Amino acid sequence: MSAVAELPLDLDAFEGPFDLLLTLVLKEELDLADVEIVEIVLTFLEERREDLEVDGEFLVLVASLLELKARALFPEDDEAPFEDLDPDDAAGELAERLAQYRRFRTAAGWLEEKLDMEADRYFRLGPAPLAPVPERPLAPQEPASLAAALRALAVEPPSPSLRHITLTFPPVSLFLERFRAVLRRRGRFVFDNEVDALSRVEQAVAFLALLELRKAGEIAIGQAAPFEEITVWNAA
Amino acid sequence: MERSLESAMNGNLRVLENPVDRLARTIEALLVIAPTALAVEELAAAAEDDQERVETALGLLASRYREGRSGIVLEQVAGGYAFRAAREASEACARLVERPVQRGLSQAALETLAIVAYLGPVSRPEIARIRGVAADSAVAGLVERGLIAEAARDKESGAIRYESTPLFERVFGLTGLSELPRLDDLAEDDEGLRARLEEVAGRRGA
Repeated sequence: MSAVAELPLDLDAFEGPFDLLLTLVLKEELDLADVEIVEIVLTFLEERREDLEVDGEFLVLVASLLELKARALFPEDDEAPFEDLDPDDAAGELAERLAQYRRFRTAAGWLEEKLDMEADRYFRLGPAPLAPVPERPLAPQEPASLAAALRALAVEPPSPSLRHITLTFPPVSLFLERFRAVLRRRGRFVFDNEVDALSRVEQAVAFLALLELRKAGEIAIGQAAPFEEITVWNAA
Repeated sequence: MERSLESAMNGNLRVLENPVDRLARTIEALLVIAPTALAVEELAAAAEDDQERVETALGLLASRYREGRSGIVLEQVAGGYAFRAAREASEACARLVERPVQRGLSQAALETLAIVAYLGPVSRPEIARIRGVAADSAVAGLVERGLIAEAARDKESGAIRYESTPLFERVFGLTGLSELPRLDDLAEDDEGLRARLEEVAGRRGA
């Protein structure tokens, strides 16, 4: 840690040691445009002890800060705007900029004086005036076109389709009864043949009924191989 | 007999009233309800009278409402006319009301205000380029005080641009932006500055 790195700063945009400021700037967490470099220099001059090495380090750091800040003022797509710049042109441009800034500084001074002169002018401050809302009459309309527009709106809307929610389940008991009846008549049946004509949902409920009967021990179920026919017969 | 005298007097009164007086009273009323300065065109439109007569009436009012004669003063300001307090009453006014708009304008705010007043509509990056530091907080402060306001956005960059408001002109006692001193007149010793910089550049280039 050098004396420069620890230099305590108290700026508008930043408060803390100089090296932290540099870190934040390099990480782009602090916009250099918000940092007044003159304040850094003034702080350094206040804290300065006669030490050439420290002075030199400070000069280098501040110079690089200034360069960073200067580059930020130019549009990014301008690759290396400084290399091509003739020193005379650079001085000319800088002088132009400084002169422009000085003009506005002077103008600010003029405004400040003017404000002082007008310090004893009092007037009422009100909110923005409420102008009457201008009338915006409709363009002339045909009564028939109004009727037509209304008729288009008055049409009964088509009733929405409920097809996607027709998932109604038949009761399991329906199939329990049916399978018991078939077994009483024939003693044995092939499940697939019995449910072939039904919907998928009905087939699923029928299968549940089959499982119920099996659980109750009323039937026995056989299948030669997976996905083969399911054969059902009386358990007794 | 009495009746005819009365009607004769009424007739005389009617003859005596200057036709501009009635218009002047209307304008007085308009100015007293207006929260901002009113332009002659606005007064003429509201009074439904022609601008020349409105100006005559304003002249009449200006001679009545002036410093030393009235506590209310008619002034030409911010591109129009407005009533304000007489300067002799300013101390009493100060005890009654505060003026937050112009209190404590910083150097940064004044410079930013000058740039917006001269160059407006102007965007924040443009202001920052001239001042060399970010203008965000100065711009926000001036907007809050109502001295500058958002104008149309920049067509190319889409950046918000700012311009000074009529309130700015009124606070600074300007009849309009044309009353600001010419920018060119504010650059006294540009040449000296340029010469110094070129000298430094020459030394470096050599």
